[in-house]
Amino acid sequence: MTVPLLKVDNLAVEFGPKANPIRVVDGVSFEIPPAGAVGIVGESGSGKSITSLSILRLISEPPGRIVQGRIEFNGVNLLDLPRSEMPDIRGRDIAMIFQEPMSSLNPVMTIGDQIGEAIKLHEDMPGEKRRERVIEMLRLVGIPDPAGRLDSYPHQFSGGMRQRVMIAMALVCNPKLLIADEPTTALDVTIQAQVLDLMHKLRRTLNTAVLLISHDLGVIADVCERVVVMYAGRVVEEADIRSIFRNPQHPYTRGLLQSIPKLDDDRDRLYQIPGSVPLAGSVKKGCPFYQRCSLRIDKCAQEMPPMFSFGPDQRAACWVTAGQADAKAKEVAL
Amino acid sequence: MRDLGGGKTMARYLLLRLADAVPTILLVLTLVFIAMRILPGDPAIAALGDMATPEQLELFREKMGLNAPLWLQYINFVWGMLTLDFGRSLMNNQSVLALIAYNLPYTIELTIVAMILGVGFGIPLGVLAATHRNKAADNAVRGFSLLGYAVPDFYLGALLLITFSLNLGWFPINGGGEGFFDRMHHVFLPAVTLALVKAAFIGRLTRTSLLEVFGKDYIRTARAKGAREPRVIYRHGLRNALLPLTTGIGLSTLATLSGSVAIELVFNRPGIGKLLISAISERDYAVIQGGVVIFSLFVVLINLLMDLVYIVVDPRIRVQ
Repeated sequence: MTVPLLKVDNLAVEFGPKANPIRVVDGVSFEIPPAGAVGIVGESGSGKSITSLSILRLISEPPGRIVQGRIEFNGVNLLDLPRSEMPDIRGRDIAMIFQEPMSSLNPVMTIGDQIGEAIKLHEDMPGEKRRERVIEMLRLVGIPDPAGRLDSYPHQFSGGMRQRVMIAMALVCNPKLLIADEPTTALDVTIQAQVLDLMHKLRRTLNTAVLLISHDLGVIADVCERVVVMYAGRVVEEADIRSIFRNPQHPYTRGLLQSIPKLDDDRDRLYQIPGSVPLAGSVKKGCPFYQRCSLRIDKCAQEMPPMFSFGPDQRAACWVTAGQADAKAKEVAL
Repeated sequence: MRDLGGGKTMARYLLLRLADAVPTILLVLTLVFIAMRILPGDPAIAALGDMATPEQLELFREKMGLNAPLWLQYINFVWGMLTLDFGRSLMNNQSVLALIAYNLPYTIELTIVAMILGVGFGIPLGVLAATHRNKAADNAVRGFSLLGYAVPDFYLGALLLITFSLNLGWFPINGGGEGFFDRMHHVFLPAVTLALVKAAFIGRLTRTSLLEVFGKDYIRTARAKGAREPRVIYRHGLRNALLPLTTGIGLSTLATLSGSVAIELVFNRPGIGKLLISAISERDYAVIQGGVVIFSLFVVLINLLMDLVYIVVDPRIRVQ
């Protein structure tokens, strides 16, 4: 097995006062191989964005703090680095794009300056060459007349175009990993498809690994090879895309899949998982999905299920399905 | 590299703004005209004294055009103001324009120095407070601001005057000074007095605007691309906080102008405020009129300047 590019191990993030903390991310582990693409799926409040922000240590402290775990990038635990070294990694090794293209660009700087700044921060490049690089990058993400748009401001671009600018800015230093936090959520469906296409194309040309955060399994299936399903701050299932769609093992993943509308559907109402996501940190004991689960047994309320292995590429945290699959399922040592 | 939105649109914007100022100025002139007419007291008696004979008063009124119908007085007044013919002082027959021309530079000088000091201290204080939110530095700045708001400027002026001019003798006690350095020496204490209130106000405003900007997504973007904190604070944060700050600094400049009235009196230095106060106490209507009009023109001018600064600070206004 190859050495992972990124290895998140048993990560936990807390918010609020130290005396009475709220644990919004708990025991999250996953890996991204070099040039691989992994998706994190989950509802709002499942901790997926906090997980992604933690990788770059961009959580504002206070009120947030990373209380346990390791985030290894190329074998180096980022959490051990002094704070002052993080800016060297951000943008150069790991870049990030965000959900809101409308507000994620600085309104008073030209986009040429903003993309150029990303280069200036990490590379010693003369102004003329930098300009060329910015133009080349804008062309790559499909901005028409890139040289003519350098001096434009963000408000002169549409949402889709701004997200392209964000992607250009993120990729301009050839990072090894791109974290995309809901990059298409705020966009129209057609623009969404264009941006996903673009991410596909860029992955092939630049060989960048991708961590894609989304609440939409469809979007993740489009880009990623593996998917991590998060629920209430925990990883409940992790598998390759094929297994997730064909043979989901966690009842929550099954619910998610059932609630995706299908073209040949003749149901009047879409399926929805009953109940709602528990408040962050409110589940102290047992499986966080217990209240909403159709398969629950008494044990679920008492003991948090560990990750069970369902074959080489699939793991899920459920007592019931692990019991059904019993001979094959093995508890994974943390 | 930065295009200011094309010369044409820029010129159009400026013309529009200037055109906007015209009705404002007319309104101001009308208000001054009305105010002067409804003030208690007869200007003729005020000018000539109680001992004047009815003939003398009549002659005076005729000379001043006070007997003409009101609409004619109004037109004459507006025309006179627009052609900078403010008439002559009723007290010493000096040209009001000359009086203003002599006093105005002192007020402008005081305003500029006070603003430089106020902004120069206020913004760094605000940055300090915002970047150390709820820590000792923030609380210290809050205390300073509270003090700045609470202490009346004329009182603070008197305190500074007694301490640094009277007791320590570091600064002159009165007058405006001659030549650049002497004038700066004279303007320093009064400017500091006004600047304290400025700094308090601008410091608070900077803190609030910066904290708001720090919560924006593009600040996170700046950090995510590897910008270090000073760059995040100044290039991305403060640059955006300048938009609300511009408004605040403009308003504060106007406040400085009116504040200068009391300060010029306390420090006994020449200036429009001082001129106005003595004109009011002597019922020198011509001078009051001229002074008030000049003050109002200043307000209009500063508003116009603020609009210009907006164009520079906010590209979204620039390109429309």
